[in-house]
Amino acid sequence: MTNADIQTVLPEVLLAAYAMLALMFGVYTTKDKVAPLLVWVTSAVLAVLGLWILTGGGGDVAAFGGMIVNDAFARFAKVVILFSAAAVLLMSEGYMAKRGLLRFEYPLLVALAVVGMMVMVSAGDLMALYMGLELQSLALYVVAALRRDSVKSTEAGLKYFVLGALSSGLLLYGASLVYGFAGTTLFTGIIAAVGEGQAPLGLLFGLVFVIAGMAFKVSAAPFHMWTPDVYEGSPTPVTAFFATAPKMAAMGLFARVVHDAFGGVVGDWQQIVAFLAVASMFLGGIAAIGQRNIKRLMAYSSISHMGFALMGLAAGTAFGVQAMLVYMAIYVTMNIGVFAFILAMERDGAPVVRIDELGGYSKREPLRALAMLVLLFSLAGVPPLVGFFGKFYVLRAAMDAGMTWLAIAAVIAAVINAFYYLRIVFLMYFGEDAEAMDSGISPVLWGFLMASAAIMVVGIINLFGVEAIAATAAAALVN
Amino acid sequence: MQGNLLSIITFLPLIAAVILALFLRGDDAAAQKNAKWLALTATSTTFVVSLFMLAGFNPNDTGFQFVEERSWLLGLTYKLGVDGISVLFVMLTTFLMPLVIAACWTVEHRVKDYMIAFLMLETLMLGVFCALDLILFYLFFEGGLIPMFLIIGIWGGRERIYAAFKFFLYTFLGSVLMLVAMIGMFVQAGTTDIPTLLNHQFASETFAVWGFQIIGGVQTLLWLAFFASFAVKMPMWPVHTWLPDAHVQAPTAGSVVLAAILLKMGGYGFLRFSLPMFPVASDIMADFVMWLSAIAIIYTSLVALMQEDMKKLIAYSSVAHMGYVTAGIFAANQQGVDGAIFQMISHGFISGALFLCVGVIYDRMHTREIDAYGGLVNKMPAYAAIFMLFTMANVGLPGTSGFVGEFLTLIGIFQANTWVAMVATAGVILSAGYALWLYRRVVMGDLIKESLRSIKDMTDREKAIFAPLVVMTILLGVYPSLVTDMIGPSVEALLDNYHAGLPAEAGMTQVAHN
Repeated sequence: MTNADIQTVLPEVLLAAYAMLALMFGVYTTKDKVAPLLVWVTSAVLAVLGLWILTGGGGDVAAFGGMIVNDAFARFAKVVILFSAAAVLLMSEGYMAKRGLLRFEYPLLVALAVVGMMVMVSAGDLMALYMGLELQSLALYVVAALRRDSVKSTEAGLKYFVLGALSSGLLLYGASLVYGFAGTTLFTGIIAAVGEGQAPLGLLFGLVFVIAGMAFKVSAAPFHMWTPDVYEGSPTPVTAFFATAPKMAAMGLFARVVHDAFGGVVGDWQQIVAFLAVASMFLGGIAAIGQRNIKRLMAYSSISHMGFALMGLAAGTAFGVQAMLVYMAIYVTMNIGVFAFILAMERDGAPVVRIDELGGYSKREPLRALAMLVLLFSLAGVPPLVGFFGKFYVLRAAMDAGMTWLAIAAVIAAVINAFYYLRIVFLMYFGEDAEAMDSGISPVLWGFLMASAAIMVVGIINLFGVEAIAATAAAALVN
Repeated sequence: MQGNLLSIITFLPLIAAVILALFLRGDDAAAQKNAKWLALTATSTTFVVSLFMLAGFNPNDTGFQFVEERSWLLGLTYKLGVDGISVLFVMLTTFLMPLVIAACWTVEHRVKDYMIAFLMLETLMLGVFCALDLILFYLFFEGGLIPMFLIIGIWGGRERIYAAFKFFLYTFLGSVLMLVAMIGMFVQAGTTDIPTLLNHQFASETFAVWGFQIIGGVQTLLWLAFFASFAVKMPMWPVHTWLPDAHVQAPTAGSVVLAAILLKMGGYGFLRFSLPMFPVASDIMADFVMWLSAIAIIYTSLVALMQEDMKKLIAYSSVAHMGYVTAGIFAANQQGVDGAIFQMISHGFISGALFLCVGVIYDRMHTREIDAYGGLVNKMPAYAAIFMLFTMANVGLPGTSGFVGEFLTLIGIFQANTWVAMVATAGVILSAGYALWLYRRVVMGDLIKESLRSIKDMTDREKAIFAPLVVMTILLGVYPSLVTDMIGPSVEALLDNYHAGLPAEAGMTQVAHN
């Protein structure tokens, strides 16, 4: 363990150290009284780390004998994870405080989950991968069950834990097979053992299990079953967190494993990923139509969005990875805005989750309704909003790779998906008037909602340069 | 100014919309008035600026003019330009929009939002006709769905929600397939630049997919994907069913925009993409499209005869008239294509005016049932005269622009496919049937309905809206070269390009037809 190794993982180390220090601070002070402070400080730490990584640059460095890789791809994913986690933390404060959920552990668990995610996206070894994944998952199980006195929240946490453990088991089983047949857990060793063209059968077997485990983490159909329940049961800010940073981390991990460890046998995993993509897009779209609870609806929406992102991955090219990264960055931005809106949906101080309650919303809150309208059309991928470009990139990637059938399936799924987004627009703009909701909104939520909507409109000029950064990131991953 | 004239024209309405959205507060009478005046000023200014474009346009130059280009994401370009085919559509849009705004002067429900929606719609429509990049075109083409969805949904009639959803999902489904085809072209040709693609030969070798022989190969597949989108937009039989619903439920101004401008995007798309980019596939599919058009003309005319709702009747008549356009385009000869463009322009004025005519009496009586009217001529002589003129223009009376369009397309169709021409000509008789019958039931006869006793004739504002439409309909009817001189050289170049793209034998037979 040299100095250079520590240098490479400095952001992770700092964040972990911060989390532990803050824990001590919380324990030895007045406990939950300091929670708001900790939320702000944690969020600031995350944002600063994000900025540091964003501006820091640096090449393609492997540390600890290749266990941890710090390349442009990892940095891209980390920046998205850190910024989105910081944003969600800020958005949660008001909601959590109002409902007595703001314990000082909450920001710390989020910080620890983020450490896990950062390890996930820069894993260069199956052990590191599993370590990051479990650190993330354990922290998430706890935050899902944060509302201890609510049956739904406890159920969400338990469900998440049991199914998460199952998927970790699948992944571990696959990893052990891979280790057995490749003789090493290092990705660089695995890729050499796998070779080009056709993977040995044992490794292929391992690969399938590993993919199944990861598909669970990205909540791709048919491994999505936990998503709606967990989204519905968790406190809304936690749902917002689930929908953003962990998704990016899991997609990053997915791309990392299939390219870094199995990059030589694209043909072997391409079909599996393409199937996951198509199944998720359609299942998410069709199942969301029947949903009346906006959190469940967003769960299915995220399943279907993961399908689109996986389509980029299914292309198996550098451009495909770039498309996936661009898609995820856009997806995370949109979701932050949408959840800022959902968090502000209250009546007499109690949260409202039924979409029917949005009836006639635009008459009372024209600006917020307009921002939500922009976000919803962007989620649906209707041009000229930025969401369209996300879809455009992944479609282009699939077509480039000669998977026309996948592109056609995707656009049909996009139409199905448009339906339920349209229904929310319909309710807000021309639905029957529902009982008025509280008109107040915290400045933080308002800011995130408006900024996210503005990005969806202004971003079409140049996507804020994300394209070029994603291209560098993808080039670092796929060679 | 010359350098980015088209950007100015395209985005002027959008700027006005943003100003309205950000700076206009309140919903009282004064704010409503301000919103209306600002929208009217913005659209009129756009029209005036577009006149500069028209003045500077050289019809004999068959290339693209006023081109501006900037690089954009992913190797796409922001590229605008007009040629003889698109310039008149731009003019049609800028000309009609002030009238549309003036026509919704009586709206009182959420005026500001209404104006914003229409201004955004204008930008998107103008963008469609100016875009010279595939994806940029798609952006504008699809973007129009959002304001139109809101216009129908918020300000529409009783069944507006069903209509809005149907409109959105139908056209969205049609267009996403086109998006896949566009990406396919991007991948194959390596560019999305429309002028370059116009000269790109897409592969047309027959190949088999799952045992099906695809004659015309890749071109046919691409053609079909574009067809899916444009046929829905146009709309062609049998995918026209969204149109009557959308029209009936849309507010008057929405109907005018829909009929007069939005429908033309399909025809424009055929001319800009299908014909020049996939000549082999177009040649293979020409008969298919012509027969579909012939069926559309007869079938929708018959359906129009049976309608009891005035707007629905005119909507079906629009579908029938668009049948002439598609048949004319795929006749692929000078008269056919000239006629198709002429028909689209003239239909823009006539159908717009007819929907406005319905709007005039709807504003007074709040019903569109034909049976609720009768004998209006006794109380509304000016209205009767104007309605008469546009009914005749719709029928295709010589001296009105409707005649020129139908006549030219029929000549073109006759040269390409005599049988289709015969069927289509029969449609002219049917159109006289439904249009005149409508006129008789609404305007002629004695005024026996109690409710109509106190109906007032048109106000000066309404007359002022109709005046420019009357002038244009008659002017183009007696002096059609105004249009044909503009489009002629470009159409000729398009057809030369088209025939050059065909395999030798097929090209020969087409030339012999001419």
